[in-house]
This record gives sequence, structure tokens and C-alpha cells, in this order.
Amino acid sequence: MTRVFERPTSSPLHPSRRTVLKVMAGAGAGLTLGITLPQARAQDASPSADDSDTFAPNAFVRVLPDNTVTVLIKHLEMGQGVFTGLTTLVAEEMDTAWEQMRPEHSPADAKLYNNLHWGPVQGTGGSSSLANAFEQMRRAGAVARILLVQAAADAWGVPAGEIETRDGLLRHAASGREATFGAMAERAAVLKAPDPASVTLKSSEDFRLIGRDHLSRPDSAKKVRGQTTYAADVRLPGMLSALVRRPSRFGAVPGRIDGEAALAMSGVRAVLPLPHGVAVVAESHWQAVKAREAIKIEWDESGAVKTGSKALLEQYRDLGGTSGTTFRSDGDALAALAEPESQVIEAVYDVPFAAHAPMEPLSAGAMMTDTGIEVWAGAQSPTFDVLNIAAAARLKPDQVRLRIIQAGGSFGRRASPNSDSLVEVAAIARGLADQGIEAPVTLTWTREDDIRGGYYRPMAVHAVAGALTQDGQPSAWRHRVVTQSLLKNTPFAATLIEDGIDRTSVEGVIDLPYAIANVKGELHSPEPGIPGLWWRSVGHSHTAFAVESFIDEMAHAAGADPLVMRRDLLQDHPRLLNVLNVAAKEAGWGLPQQEGQGQGLAVHTSFNTHVAHVAEVTVKDGAIRVDRLICAVDCGLPVNPDVIRAQIAGGSIFGLSAALRGRVTLDDTGLVSQSNFHDYEIIRMGGAPEIEVHIVPSTEPPTGVGEPGVPTVAPAVANAVFAATGKRLRSLPLRLG
Amino acid sequence: MARLTVNGTEHDLDLAPDVPLLWALRDTLGLTGTKYGCGLSQCGACTVHVDGQAVRACQTYVGDVTDTEITTIEGLSGPVADAVLKAWEDLSVSQCGYCQPGQIMEAVALLAGTPEPDDEAINAAMNGNLCRCGTYGRIRAAIHAAAEALKQTERG
Ligand code: FES
Ligand code: FES
Repeated sequence: MTRVFERPTSSPLHPSRRTVLKVMAGAGAGLTLGITLPQARAQDASPSADDSDTFAPNAFVRVLPDNTVTVLIKHLEMGQGVFTGLTTLVAEEMDTAWEQMRPEHSPADAKLYNNLHWGPVQGTGGSSSLANAFEQMRRAGAVARILLVQAAADAWGVPAGEIETRDGLLRHAASGREATFGAMAERAAVLKAPDPASVTLKSSEDFRLIGRDHLSRPDSAKKVRGQTTYAADVRLPGMLSALVRRPSRFGAVPGRIDGEAALAMSGVRAVLPLPHGVAVVAESHWQAVKAREAIKIEWDESGAVKTGSKALLEQYRDLGGTSGTTFRSDGDALAALAEPESQVIEAVYDVPFAAHAPMEPLSAGAMMTDTGIEVWAGAQSPTFDVLNIAAAARLKPDQVRLRIIQAGGSFGRRASPNSDSLVEVAAIARGLADQGIEAPVTLTWTREDDIRGGYYRPMAVHAVAGALTQDGQPSAWRHRVVTQSLLKNTPFAATLIEDGIDRTSVEGVIDLPYAIANVKGELHSPEPGIPGLWWRSVGHSHTAFAVESFIDEMAHAAGADPLVMRRDLLQDHPRLLNVLNVAAKEAGWGLPQQEGQGQGLAVHTSFNTHVAHVAEVTVKDGAIRVDRLICAVDCGLPVNPDVIRAQIAGGSIFGLSAALRGRVTLDDTGLVSQSNFHDYEIIRMGGAPEIEVHIVPSTEPPTGVGEPGVPTVAPAVANAVFAATGKRLRSLPLRLG
Repeated sequence: MARLTVNGTEHDLDLAPDVPLLWALRDTLGLTGTKYGCGLSQCGACTVHVDGQAVRACQTYVGDVTDTEITTIEGLSGPVADAVLKAWEDLSVSQCGYCQPGQIMEAVALLAGTPEPDDEAINAAMNGNLCRCGTYGRIRAAIHAAAEALKQTERG
């Protein structure tokens, strides 16, 4: 018995033909569904290169006769504004009106939609979307424009050079002729596209959309009305709901499973063993929640982690006292530290495990089809996801159809190299099919699953020592990083682990910008057995805390103003120096503060974007309140200033949550102590400070802004707390007393 | 069997009284604009109106709301709602958007009772609605903008 959840076709939630279900009867095998999901139109769904009335000059642009322009976005929209950003680039060169633009996700196809910074791989991460696609999308728009102009020239019998374009209109002034882009779509569709590399792009003085302070986000209208379909919102006839019981200790695996009681419960369809847990599948989510508790599992904990985070921290601190693998060596830091005249300062910083906790917990759907499997999810790494899904469903990669749909936040969580949640849903769909259950299934992680499920920003310890000369000049910096490798055993290892150094563990230290003659960087990469993952700003989320706290400590030890010392040491980094100066000036750095108040500063480069934060804090009765964050950012040419402000402000809040609130700890037996937002806290409205974002004008190529707002927040706040109280806090989250 | 009135329509649903309203809305009625974020009244993603009051659907049970008017984001209407939705769009509040239906339901309930909230009132009313994307500054600004717009129409 399958219960069918159906929405009335007139529902405002089903406004478009894209959600139409084509139900085809499969011979003797129940229903086979060929679906077209919202936001995930593949090339063979409409509008496509095959529709004769659609103009498809390349993989990215579709002009329809109704005068809408679809832009296929090769990156995942997860809130960072990539729909707005890439669409701006196309619209700029194409000369469309902003209102006619319709971004949607491209299919998963690494040949057409690879990240140009990543080689033959489609994926979203490292704040690379706008940077890698900047020229590519502009060229795609320019080619479309050239062909539309040619089509009009042919139709009107006038020279192409006399036709002007603006706001989606083609105009021939001499004859007074005018047509929309849509009206010329069919004609343009038969023309041969020029080589995109050959077309001339606008020069920056001619930009109308790039750099415009605010363009309305094309995804806003649906989002505010609850009409955006996230993975868990997809509804198909006969759809089932799955949950997975995962072990409570990392590394445990299920042994004996007794699913009898669960299977006897109302609506429960299957209990399926998976390599790392047990899935329960029911007709509704709530039935699955109830049934999951009823499964009896004997866990095999022979390979389980039974170390608590306290003990782990001690181990890491001990490692920090010993030398590791060298990743940077300028001059002779050890000799400079040993100079008898040197003033030596030492400090150890630590950051905890942290969960991404996107507001939409992980979710994904899947179903077996007559040709393979179809999976829908907010996927950051489609190319790897397809391979992993294929393996889990015992299929070939070309039998996998991955539909990329908008994600309710991710912050790196939906980019795990082993595609953990997608592998689960694929295995579940496969397991159901093996039992003769032909139905689409959606998998949700509860918030508890999310907080307890690992894939954290790893714990890290930084042991730093510095030397000051007698006149207070920094002469040496020795920096030991202790943190697990994120890249080991991933497809990225070959290119990003060099001589045993995982680049993501040391980014932000290996490129320490301060002009100090003697620098030594060393890395320890312990293996705690707790899955780690990139978490908004990756290594920078901890390296910047250590570096920017320590330079502050050096300045205070030298009796120097932290701003002045940084300035002196950043003379070779004009862009970094500039954001530092802008933030300091806008914040009114150095003005006298009230009792219990203080200002703190931090400056850092991540993902080629330069950011400085000044934090203003009030400390009262042992509680830290951040009153204001002033931020300056240099991300090259600002394509969408409003999106930049949103991302930097959002990143600042994310950084503040880590600075003051959220941490994941393991008790002494290895159980995660937190489970939901009451004990894994993030900043709420009442704790959200006023945030000012100052964008530094630039004509350099644009760089990303999704992550770079995060790293400088924690050190700026810690430095402000020191300024306010004289107490130096070296552990995140920051706690007084 | 539970009789629920949602967005003005009565439904007789084959559900036990202890099923959370959130799942009745999402799974049984297909109203997926109401989101799951925590299940514990900790995040506000599931906020709906019951007789005009903002409540958390994840901790409200079907059996407790049978004689009420339930409004979800899909059925939200009226001048306050229009002003709030417009302000949200004008200021591009949404990032990922996942929390925003809940934020908007909460904001509409706030403005319905307190037409001109100051920052303190906004902080108090909105403190239960988490946004991991960190859109708090814009939410605050959008509530002020909606309040201002409503004041203008009243005067106008
Ligand atoms: S899901 Fe109801 S408050 Fe979070
Ligand atoms: S907009 Fe993403 S959680 Fe609020």
C-alpha cells in the first residue's frame, strides 16, 4: 500500500510547467517516473537546445519567444547569491533588461559546467564561483547578443553594425525598427555562433549592471512566499520518507539489527542496513521518526572513537610542543628566538570542532528509474557526487541523473568528498528497489543527526612563539599548527597535499603576510577518527584566529599600537594595508573608550579577498557583548555590491557564532555532547551587532565573498576583549572567567 | 481523524492527535513553505499563525488546533503581510531563504500587534527565529521599512 501525497494542480506552489510530472507506465515494474524538477531543468527538458523556438547559443543562455532569458548556473545557489552574480555577467554583455532574466541550475555535467579553477570538475567552493566564471559568463552573453543582432539585421535587411541593443530590445534607428530579443529568438537559433574567445567584451565604463549598487535578487520573490523548493520539499506521487540511525560513536558500525518492532508500526515500509547505519523508510516523515527509535541495533564499537575532546585537546597541545613537518622556513626563526636580547612571547590557541548547521538540514531524494537512478539535492560537488552515487546504487556513472536544486545553506556541508548523504539516499533507493518497492524516497537528517553527525570543522591547536628585538621589532615567528587533514583520502589529495602538507591546514600561515625576517611554520596532522570537513573559510577559520591574535600580543608586548605594528609590517601588501586603514578609519580606531569597552582589529586574506574587521565590545558582569562590527573588503571589481554586503555581513555573523557560541565537544567516552540549537548555539537576533561593510573600489578581477567575511571576526573580538579587560582569551568560543 | 482549517480550507485528515502540525502541513497537505529546522521550538523555521498568533508548528500538535484558523506562508495575506513581503523583497533580505517564511510569519504577527516596534521590540520578538545565513540586520531594517510603509498608507 502506498499512500499518495498529491498537491492540487492549481496550488500556487506549482506555478510552472517545470514541475509537471510525466508518468509513464513501465512494463510490469510499477511506475517509472520521468520527472522534471524545479530549478533543475536538464538540457533535454524545455527550454532546450532542441526546442526549435528556443535560442540556445551556448551551454549557458536560452532565449525564449516569450522574451525571457534563462541562464543556466553551473554552481549551487545556497544563499551566497550566485544566481544573481552569474546572471549579472550574462545580462551585462547581452544588454538585457534585468527583469527578463531567469537563472536556474545547470545539469550535472562536468564537460560543460566545470569550475574553471578546478579543471574537469563541476563544483562550488573556495569562494571561486564568480572568479572562475567572470569571463566565461560574460562571453556567453556577448555571443548571444551578437547572434540576436545578426538575426535582426537579416530580418530587416540592414547592416548589423547599425543595430543597437538595450534592455532586451534590438533597435535600428534609421528605419525606426524595433524588436524584442524574444521575437528574434527563432531566427537567431539557426545562426552559427562565433568562437566565444573571439568576441570583444565591454569595457568597464560601459557597465550598466556590473557594479550597480542593488539589483533585486531574482530568487527573492519565491523565497519570501515559501515557494522555493528545497530537496525536502519535492513531492512526488507515492513518495516515501527515510531516516537513518547512525552510530552514537564515530567509527562504530551496525552489528545485529532487529527491525521487527519498527516494521510493525503504521506506515513503515522497510528497514535497510547501510554500511554505517540503518535506514527506516515510512510513508511520512513523522512515522519514520517514531519507527527509527524502535529499531534495535547492537553496534560494533571495535573501531569506534572513545576519546573525549578534552583528552584530544591535551594531545594536540602536547603535539604543539614538539616540532612537526616544516611548511615554511624563512631565515632562521629558531636562532632569532634564541637571541639573548630577544623578548620572546609564546601563546597557544585552540578552536573546537564546529558543525555547519545549515538551516536546512541535509536532505536529498532519489528514485530508481528504468535507466538508472535519479537523485535530487543541493549538491556542491556534482562530479564527485555522481561517482559516489553510482557506486552506492551499483550502477555506472552515466546511469546517474543528479538534479541540482537550491540549498537552504551549506557552508561546505553539502560538499563532502564522499557525498555522505547522497550515498545514503542512493543506497536506500537501491535497497527499496531490491525489495520490490518502486517509489521515490526522500531522506532527511534531523537537526540532532546534523549536530552529532560529524563532518565538522576540525579541532585545531596553534602553538606560536615570536621574538621582538630590543627596539620592539618582530624578528621571528614560529608557528606550529596541529589539526587533522581534510584532504587526505579525497580526490583533492593529489594536487593539494604536497610533501605531507595539507594546504587547507596551513592556509593563512603559509602565506603569513607580515614582513618578519625569520618565519618557521610546522604542521602536525593527527588522525582523531572524527570526520572533518571544509567549513565556511576552511583553514582560515582557525589560522586567522591564531595569527591575528598573536600579532596583537606582539604589539602589546612591544608597547605598540596594534594598528601601527600591522601597518609597519604590511608595507608590501598594499591591498591588505588598504582594507586595514579603511576599517580603522571608519571605526574611529583609537578613540577613547568607556570603562568595559574596547576595540579590536584583525586583517586577513582568504580566497584572494582582503578583509579587515574592527570589533567593538562591551564586557559587563563577565559577559561579552559585541556592539558593532566594522568591516572593509577588497574583492576586486565589485560586481554586485549589495550581494557583497550581504555575504560579508552574513559571514560576520557566522564568524561571531563561532567566536562566542557554537562548539561541538565529545564527552570522555566519545559521545557528542550537543544535539540541537539549545546547546549548539548560534547568534540570534538579540546578539546580532550592527554591522558596517565598506567595499573598497577596485578594477582588479573579482574574487569571492562567500567565505572571507568569517576569519577576522573571532580575532577582532578577542583583541577587543583584551583591550576592554586586559584578559587575553586564546580558546574559542571566547569565555571570560 | 483530525479536522484542520488551514488557509481558510477545512481538511479532514487521517492523523493521530499527537502528530506535530508541522508534519501534517508538510507531508499530508503538501504545504512545504513551512520548514523544519530543529523540531524543538529552537529555530522558528516552522512558524505559522494559529488564530493570528505566531506559533511553532513543530511543537504544536494536530489535536490541539482542531478548532482554530491556521495560516501558513502560502495563505498569508492582508495589508501587513503585503508590506512585509514587499520590504523583504526590496531589501533583498533572503540569502538561502530557508528561514525566511518563518521570519516573515513572525514579523507579520509582531507588526499586527505592535505597529511601530523599536529595535528592542524587534529583538525580543524575533529572537526565536534563527538565520544561519546571518540576515538579522536586513530583517530588522525590513521590519522598520514595513512599519513605515503601513504608517504611510494609513495616513494616505
Ligand atoms: S522546526 Fe520548529 S522551531 Fe525549529
Ligand atoms: S536566509 Fe539562510 S537561514 Fe536565513
